[in-house]
Amino acid sequence: MLAKRIIPCLDVDKGRVVKGKRFKDIQDIAHPVELAKKYNEAGADELVFYDITASNEERDIFLDVIENIAKEITIPFTVGGGIRTVDDIHRVLRAGADKVSVNSAAVKNPNLIKDAALKFGSQCIVLSIDAKQTSKKQWDVYINGGRKQANLDVIDWALQGESLGAGELVLNAINTDGEKNGYDLDLVKTIARSVNIPIVASGGAGKMQHFAAVLQPGYADAALAASVFHYGEISIPELKNYLVEHGIHVRPGMSREK
Amino acid sequence: MIAIIDYGSGNIKSLQFALEKVGLSPQITIDETVIATSDAIILPGVGAFQDAMQALNNQGLTEIIKREADNGKPVLGICLGMQLFYEISEEDGEAEGLGLLKGRVSKITGKVKVPHMGWNSLSKHQSSPLVNQILEYSFVYFVHSYAVKEYAENTLIATCDYAGTIPAIVQQGNIIGMQFHPEKSGDIGLKLLENVREMML
Repeated sequence: MLAKRIIPCLDVDKGRVVKGKRFKDIQDIAHPVELAKKYNEAGADELVFYDITASNEERDIFLDVIENIAKEITIPFTVGGGIRTVDDIHRVLRAGADKVSVNSAAVKNPNLIKDAALKFGSQCIVLSIDAKQTSKKQWDVYINGGRKQANLDVIDWALQGESLGAGELVLNAINTDGEKNGYDLDLVKTIARSVNIPIVASGGAGKMQHFAAVLQPGYADAALAASVFHYGEISIPELKNYLVEHGIHVRPGMSREK
Repeated sequence: MIAIIDYGSGNIKSLQFALEKVGLSPQITIDETVIATSDAIILPGVGAFQDAMQALNNQGLTEIIKREADNGKPVLGICLGMQLFYEISEEDGEAEGLGLLKGRVSKITGKVKVPHMGWNSLSKHQSSPLVNQILEYSFVYFVHSYAVKEYAENTLIATCDYAGTIPAIVQQGNIIGMQFHPEKSGDIGLKLLENVREMML
């Protein structure tokens, strides 16, 4: 049986892991490779690295960091942030990333998803959506790190992304991100009913019960979080035990006797 | 030296690093001499079936791989690399594979999400050095939308359940296939690669 996944997210700015509440007020935390090793050993199921300032500052992707991460860890990882072209995706995959997440560039040019899925396979193309709730049952797509409204409905965009060939969706709820009051369950459930590709919930994790809630049947396939892991508020082995106790099927934290 | 066939453009760095971790010397290559002098061949998993077969054909690798396999050289196929071993795939129409194993690859169907993405647990079907010290229900990492649907029962070493039985580890003599990514499956994956090393060398 397929396990639900726990995914620490490392927002990287100029080679350092940072965490900003609602994408602002950024704080420096650690070196990405060191943190990646720590999470790999703790039993994280996957990792995500976002180059968070890339879309605005037009910076190149940190290929060396990616290669060093690939050298050090034995679980899959996704790289996102500032991916604009099929060539960008190619370089990131060749450096050792397993999946590439596209966001703003795909909104501006949806064919990026299609071209990349045809060339590299859907399984490595992740569509990341920054979703801001504007009224009950209405979420709008934002781009450029949550700074700019894209005039696009999140449900429509998720469906279009799936049909263009995205293999997975990451839903970043801008309203709940950094608040630690739980994931946007309404958003996750609404999108889960619309698409048939895996969904990663992001934004709002504060307590272990938030993970259990978003990973129940009919919601997300994976839960992504940053600060609760970075600041040691929740440990991954403890979280996994908690989830097992609450009937959520997960891969055990540590698997092989040494 | 282990030859990793570089027929596409996906992530093969991680595979190289994982093989180095278990003490093997991988070389990413499409060179016939390198492949011919290698101790074993790995066909990694990237992209789509037809693109991969076309790339192998264009680079003249199809015949080399078949010849080396016929001569008894160990060949490990990972993910799409394993699917390429079979006779036919239904991915994007019908296409011929290498035909090293009897069987057919088709789309995952049923009430499940596609791609099958994430950690799923292995059930062993027969004892084999390949699953030495691998506990029943060990988790490994899968990412695929197509799976081997028709196959010879006696080639099944381990399976997983995803809207039915999916062959996860297959073996016929020197031909070994893994539908999941051992290089992405934590310590279990490294142990599986160690087992492959023991069999190959």
